[in-house]
Amino acid sequence: MMRLSRRAVLAGMATLSASQARAADAYRIEPIAVADGIWMVRGANEPIAPGNGGAIANIAIIATPAGTVLCDCGPSIRYARSLRAAAERLTGTPVVRVYVTHLHPDHGLGIAAFEPAMVAALPGTTAALAREGAGYSDAMYRILEDWMRGTELVLPGRQVTTEMEDFGGRRLRLLALSGHSGADLAIVDEATGVLIGGDLVFHDRAPSTPTADLDRWRASLDRLKAEPHRCVLPGHGPLDPGGVEAIVQTRDWIDWLEQALTDAVKAGLDMVEAGRIAIPDRFSTMAVARYELQRSVSHLYPALEARLLPRIDRPRQE
Amino acid sequence: MKRHVALLLALAAAVPVRAGPVVDPLGSPMWTAHARTLFGDDPVRFDPRVKVDFPIIAENQRAFPVVIDARTIPGVRRMILFADLNPIPVAIDYRPVAAAAYVATRIKLDQRTPVRGAVQIDSGEWLVWGGWVDAAGGGCSTPPVSRVKGDWADHLGEIRGEAWPLPGGDSRLRLSFRHPMDTGLVENIAAYHLEEIDVRGADGRPLAEMAIWASVAEDPALTLMPRIGAGERIGIEARDTNGRDYRAQVEVARQSPLPAPPAP
Ligand SMILES: [Zn+2]
Repeated sequence: MMRLSRRAVLAGMATLSASQARAADAYRIEPIAVADGIWMVRGANEPIAPGNGGAIANIAIIATPAGTVLCDCGPSIRYARSLRAAAERLTGTPVVRVYVTHLHPDHGLGIAAFEPAMVAALPGTTAALAREGAGYSDAMYRILEDWMRGTELVLPGRQVTTEMEDFGGRRLRLLALSGHSGADLAIVDEATGVLIGGDLVFHDRAPSTPTADLDRWRASLDRLKAEPHRCVLPGHGPLDPGGVEAIVQTRDWIDWLEQALTDAVKAGLDMVEAGRIAIPDRFSTMAVARYELQRSVSHLYPALEARLLPRIDRPRQE
Repeated sequence: MKRHVALLLALAAAVPVRAGPVVDPLGSPMWTAHARTLFGDDPVRFDPRVKVDFPIIAENQRAFPVVIDARTIPGVRRMILFADLNPIPVAIDYRPVAAAAYVATRIKLDQRTPVRGAVQIDSGEWLVWGGWVDAAGGGCSTPPVSRVKGDWADHLGEIRGEAWPLPGGDSRLRLSFRHPMDTGLVENIAAYHLEEIDVRGADGRPLAEMAIWASVAEDPALTLMPRIGAGERIGIEARDTNGRDYRAQVEVARQSPLPAPPAP
């Protein structure tokens, strides 16, 4: 109840500031062909901000004999409506399935634009959205205001429980993984070998870790590497045509990150100082590296401190 | 006449400005009121040598890390960390009795606010610096958790820490306490927080003392630089608002001095 009223207030604030020209802004949906019958809509290589309307995640559009399939649907109902229209124009067939790869709001809050029965996610993603979705939605309203207007939290109506879905002969392999979040869906289009990595794979854009379990993430990256595919469509950043580099780079970053923050705790650094450590040159192609490093310090440092700093308390004096 | 004016100007320069009339470079609506409360009639000046450092993004509004580093200013006897627009503005009031003028911790942020460090020097004058922090700017993927960690009662009194020698005879002391640090502003949860922390040498000599408030993040973490060398023992005593005592002891590592951390 508290949340609803707070959201109503936030929405009200958004309405007040709508006159400041935000209403005139529209999302630009520009699908780029990446393989036969598959397009990518690139997200901005930026933090979520009013300037980009939260459209920072990559989206995939797949044309199948049974209709159009979307992998992720963006941050807001407005984005998702534009995406749906653009995708249907492109393929000439209606959207029949929307996969939400994981719970993060830049990928899935646009669900509201679709009938829940056509929206599919891993059970863990739906459970996490039921738990955290309102909080994410509030935060998005706070940052994006009018871009978010009308976006209600809707839960996916279908659970992904099979390893394959067949759309009139175009088969999609569904990989139930985790590590970037508690449940991460990756998808391989068997016809073209395009691997849609969700946020398990970043490319030339620093990975984000707000809900990460780094050990599981590593295991999932190993699995993706072993999974037969040709190229990788990452959750953020440009297509990786070779299909290896983005996976290796994501792995390299999270390995470095964990070791660097461990070393920082062992060297007595506080969080502010840990956010200032040098980032190796090999990551110089990565957008928003410093920003994501500082976010990761916030996400990961307290647990590392709890593990690495020894207990020093003495018995209480009564 | 001209001479008279010059004399007046010289006098004006020599007479420290009172808290009220000092123009706040951050333009905060609360500056005047806070300055009056915190500094009273003491002279106040804005001085960028009071380095107040924090991340580029407030990823977690419940634990926003801040460092106040005034080590280039001689004679610092008191350091206050406060956020103008927080419901509980002051987080820490620190006396580095025998310690370098440096303190790091994590605070709660309620909204976009100036975050400041104020240090008082031996002359009684306060030097102040800081910056605006946009609490709504990021953190989008950190949902505002409605309930903080629920298991604090099982862990109350746990203290973690370590100390390392620094060049020049100081050490770097890191401490973290398990404590809910309840503000009393959340419905049905009374204020309950650590309120005092003392750091001493093995012989009982005071090294550092601080008063802390519930605007410090849950499970308070601190970094201090007491004047004590490798192999020596540091004693920590703390008390919370229920009168509960906390005690810890840590030995400064017997190792060569740490290199300086990355500079801003
Ligand atoms: Zn994500």
